[in-house]
Amino acid sequence: MNIDSIKNGYVIDHIKEGKGMQIYEDLKLGELNCPVAIIKNAKSNKMQKKDIIKVDGNIQLNIDVLGYIDSDITINVVKDSKIIKKYHPELPEKITNIIKCKNPRCITSIEQELDQVFVLTDKEKRVYRCKYCESKAK
Amino acid sequence: MKHLIDIKDLSVEEIDELIEVAKDIIKNPDKYSKKCEGKILATLFFEPSTRTRLSFESAMLRLGGNVLGFSEANSSSTAKGESVSDTIRVVGEYSDIIVMRHPKEGAPVVAAEKSIVPIINAGDGGHNHPTQTLTDLLTIKCEKGRFDNLTIGLCGDLKFGRTVHSLISAMVRYPKVKFILISPEELKIPSYIKKEVLDKNKIEYIETQNIEEYMNKLDILYMTRVQKERFFNEADYIRLKDSYILDEEKIINSKKDLCIMHPLPRVNEISVKIDNNPKACYFKQAKYGKFIRMALILKLLEEC
Ligand SMILES: [Zn+2]
Repeated sequence: MNIDSIKNGYVIDHIKEGKGMQIYEDLKLGELNCPVAIIKNAKSNKMQKKDIIKVDGNIQLNIDVLGYIDSDITINVVKDSKIIKKYHPELPEKITNIIKCKNPRCITSIEQELDQVFVLTDKEKRVYRCKYCESKAK
Repeated sequence: MKHLIDIKDLSVEEIDELIEVAKDIIKNPDKYSKKCEGKILATLFFEPSTRTRLSFESAMLRLGGNVLGFSEANSSSTAKGESVSDTIRVVGEYSDIIVMRHPKEGAPVVAAEKSIVPIINAGDGGHNHPTQTLTDLLTIKCEKGRFDNLTIGLCGDLKFGRTVHSLISAMVRYPKVKFILISPEELKIPSYIKKEVLDKNKIEYIETQNIEEYMNKLDILYMTRVQKERFFNEADYIRLKDSYILDEEKIINSKKDLCIMHPLPRVNEISVKIDNNPKACYFKQAKYGKFIRMALILKLLEEC
């Protein structure tokens, strides 16, 4: 894989330095068959250093995961080696099964089959709360 | 309104409506005595709370309905490992409305998602207990005649007391309500309640450790229990507990129409000598609890 050019896929840019691996894992990119590259400590004009992830393959990205981790990152959609779309992921209203409720008194701690759902309750402060017990995420 | 899980789910109008129905039931009980004939209320108490359960059962029986249920988890299928979701699906087939109490926070949210009949949360751990708040509101309305223009003293454990937190959240929606927050340093109101509820709604409040300091200003005095487990050491508890026990002497300077409330059960935080004082409203409060639960059952079953 040529790191600079991909044919059809995504370039996830402006990832905060050191967050690349987390995104790689949360998006489960390790399970893909197509080429995936993580570039760490790349030079950036906007930021001092940044991480970049490139995925060469037509896959469905979980935008909610990206929005939750960092809505400042840039997603570039590549088709036929050209960037056809560039955007920032939105802060999702709801995230499912990305983080777990850590409140030991929460119903999700005993009912295993329940989805782990967090709801955005304060957009400015980016606060997510457990849908069941209303505990703050993290 | 389909379920009642959290007092925040109710608008001011919906609360007013429930209170009006409850007041009408108090006035004309006969009119309502057959409203729920043929209907079944299930009381699922995964954690025991005799007082709350009896209040709901009495409410349903006074409406002419029937009740079934269990009063603790070890006599139920949950002890055998059945989930809330499954229990609710099954019980929904046997009843028209379900009241549940559960030790885990958010359990009624799960129930409401899975249920084909209305769910009433009768307490989920230390999280929500909306019918207690409705009880408090009906008491205030009946005893004071209004929700606005009240100075409310909250005394005791303001840190962990969920009844106090949800009463504050419910009352800040009315104009000219002031709070006097009386507690030992260790049990002060959490800062998120101050920031996200009191300050956000521009509510006037004073924090004090002295129960007598503002006694003459209070329209309502809401007492809660100061529990021993909440203190790091016994010496602090012993030093403080008596200062938050209400007796005749402490209310000497109070207004003539002060209304003393308490969610009950009481241990020793209010002297029994006050029980016969017309200012004592806590037993009336228990009575109001049944009437507001009757109104709520009617509302959720769409019988009024
Ligand atoms: Zn939770």
